[in-house]
Amino acid sequence: MRKVLLALGTLAIWATQSAADLRDRVTEFYLENGMQIVVIPDNRAPVVTHMVWYRSGAADETPGSSGVAHFLEHLLFKKTKNLADGELSKTVADNGGSDNAFTSYDYTAYYQRVAADRLELMMSMEAERMVNLDLGDDEIFTERDVIIEERNQRTETNPNALFREQANAALYQNHRYGVPVIGWRHEMSQLTLQDALAYYRQFYAPNNAILVVAGDVEPQNVFELAQKHYGPLPANPDLKPRSRPQEPPQSAARRLNFIDERVAQPYVTRSYLAPERDSGDQRTAAALTLLADVLGSGQTSVLKRKLEFESKTAIYVSASYSGISVDDTSFGLAILPATDVSLEDAEKALDAAITSFLEEGVDADHLARIKMQYRASEIYAQDNTNGLANAYGRALASSLTLDDIHEWPEILQSITSDEIIAAARDVFDISASVTGWVSNGKGEAQ
Amino acid sequence: MKRIVAFFALIFATPLWAMPEIQTIVTRQGVNAWLVEDHNIPFVALELRFIGGASIEPLEKRGVATLMTGLLEEGSGDMDAQSFATARETLAASFGYDVYDDALAISAKILTENRDDTVTLLRQSLIEPRFDTDAIERVRSQILSILSSNEKSPRDIASKHFNAKAYGNHPYATNYEGTPEAISALTKNDLIDIHRQLLVKDRVIVSAVGDISAADLSELIDHLLDGLPQSSDRPLPQSASVTLDGTIDVIQFPTPQSFVIFGQTGIAQNDPDFFAAYILNHILGGGGFESRLMTEVREKRGLTYGIGTFLAGRDYANLLMGQVSSSNDTVAQAIEVIRDEWRKLAQNGVTPNELAAAKTYLTGAYPLRFDGNGPIANILVGMQRMGLDPDYIKTRNDRINTVSLEEINHVAARLMDADNLYFVVVGEPVGLANN
Repeated sequence: MRKVLLALGTLAIWATQSAADLRDRVTEFYLENGMQIVVIPDNRAPVVTHMVWYRSGAADETPGSSGVAHFLEHLLFKKTKNLADGELSKTVADNGGSDNAFTSYDYTAYYQRVAADRLELMMSMEAERMVNLDLGDDEIFTERDVIIEERNQRTETNPNALFREQANAALYQNHRYGVPVIGWRHEMSQLTLQDALAYYRQFYAPNNAILVVAGDVEPQNVFELAQKHYGPLPANPDLKPRSRPQEPPQSAARRLNFIDERVAQPYVTRSYLAPERDSGDQRTAAALTLLADVLGSGQTSVLKRKLEFESKTAIYVSASYSGISVDDTSFGLAILPATDVSLEDAEKALDAAITSFLEEGVDADHLARIKMQYRASEIYAQDNTNGLANAYGRALASSLTLDDIHEWPEILQSITSDEIIAAARDVFDISASVTGWVSNGKGEAQ
Repeated sequence: MKRIVAFFALIFATPLWAMPEIQTIVTRQGVNAWLVEDHNIPFVALELRFIGGASIEPLEKRGVATLMTGLLEEGSGDMDAQSFATARETLAASFGYDVYDDALAISAKILTENRDDTVTLLRQSLIEPRFDTDAIERVRSQILSILSSNEKSPRDIASKHFNAKAYGNHPYATNYEGTPEAISALTKNDLIDIHRQLLVKDRVIVSAVGDISAADLSELIDHLLDGLPQSSDRPLPQSASVTLDGTIDVIQFPTPQSFVIFGQTGIAQNDPDFFAAYILNHILGGGGFESRLMTEVREKRGLTYGIGTFLAGRDYANLLMGQVSSSNDTVAQAIEVIRDEWRKLAQNGVTPNELAAAKTYLTGAYPLRFDGNGPIANILVGMQRMGLDPDYIKTRNDRINTVSLEEINHVAARLMDADNLYFVVVGEPVGLANN
């Protein structure tokens, strides 16, 4: 392998250069009304992605109206003062573009992907619906049926999704992350126009929005267009900094036994409350990111090697962590046992594998390979401008800054094995965890 | 919105821009490949398709191509599964191995800095797979696990039933992932045999996009495929005869929302009416929020979150298909609306406005697909598989634009067959009997 290792040395330089290159390319502006603007030029194809992100999502809803952030997202495609019902999407399509939107706990985002010379038209329409939504009562009920069908499709027909809802509700004892983004069904069916408009008036304003434009554009031109279309919109003076109810100290391990006849194969999950990436303070999250990779990504990861390859206890194991979150996030483990292994034994094997990992520590070569793959991913990521727009928007809407985003690759590279083990010892706290057994209630797994 | 529309009316016309320049290559070993050179980012996206795919496997060994493909990255040459994974991670290369009815697909992202070592490793997995016993058992148990999940998935249940109904005796009628019985019975010799018959030089198609010259790509391909047999003893399948009628099949499954697949005979890519049919499908159910079915089933009635149709063109059969999910107590109404829309389209055709809007969308959206090495490599290999000319991407929008209202309405009358539109419903639908 010596030849390969020599090649690696130069790759590290390539990757560092391309990350630096990206840092130089990305430009940030602010409008006077507080709207943040980020431009990611890529002139390889004459395409642009235009996204507006609001720093509000399902976790900012008023208790009792779960799902309203997502319901409102649907309603933003309806009538506004100067746009007929459905006209925005139709106009995008008439220009050969595609559009959509998505809602999460911490943000709601709207985007269009279209020929670069249509950017101004996109801005004019997105600015329009930021402030001019014009809905009547009768227009919203059909759309409420649609979101209930969406819940049916995503959740009610999927036992794994139903279980995830229960597990989240158990993990978060006080925070709104315990309530599903799409909403609890009984609350969704009671949502009113007033609920939607109250959320709209509170959160849809330029001082709560981030514009991300990526593609074949010049930053100065984007800024001028943004000033023209978003600049005149008034800031909401009553917008408060995000402050949600936080988790109390957790002191009891929770266990769920979820039974649904549609479960094909029983499995065990474990989620732990975990710290997120904070602006200027990302090392612990970086260590947890690498911990998830060391444990579960790729064939040579610790859990796959121990449980799939060596003991053959599992058909599938995983470890997951996503640090991009405004408040406490979670670290997840899952094991799908081999056919002759009970859930109890699978859970024991998973715990034993983690315990021995904490004693053995991180294999240095393994960590080097993971870091190498992060360096390469900086190169591959540049092939997908749409993906870059998403990644920047998501981080910025989750209280991180451009500096945080650009420092992240170097922080990942600088994390030591000891930091990973220390982060693991902190996060694997059983009293801040939920363990779930998922089965169809048949078989000896019970 | 009138103000804004007037302001922007000038730029509504489709823009013209340079599409990627495709170079066609014949390697010294006689392999055909397409290349788009782009030196902006230091990697190359490589796509290979071995045509025939799972359809050339013996029917009694259904699933053997799937198991074999899953094992290509599980040990080869002097490396077992762990060593191979370690080597691939060290190179930070990305290899994808996939098989389906019509082809075995290899997708790779190769960094310029370690290209030779990466290609050597990829080659080893294609040419010298080991099929170690413990690897076979591990991947076999993973496939059995997937099959067991599929049995509880409304989508997979519907799809299995639909294919059995549509494709008669053709391999398409059965699932290429196999059955638990067939997968359990497969031996190492079965794997060696399908590997020998499927990965052959005269059935491979190659495309590459990114940081590589034509001369280097030519050498790369010959090195990559060196050692594979020239041709296969296994014939390619015959065309399937599609056998759908206007029935509705109901499969009971405990779920609050029914999942529905529907379909009828389609149209071939080389049919003179294909482009008219392509636009017709877009208006019916192919395009985002504006299609007739989205308008009627979702926007006006709130019966679904999503509905779509597509021209399902496979190598040996063509269908016009669609899918929808709707609550058990509304799914019967959704089906009625769909059949109604089918009938209306056959009888009355589309309006000039619908045709114009569809053309603007389709011609405007086409260039947006070419936005990265990975996506372009995929488009190129797809074009090669359909037997299209490299110049196709420059003429494709003209072919869309020349379709007239008369042509599309002629095709609507010819194609849309409401009486032979078949539905399979998985769930506990109210008011639908199995007929």
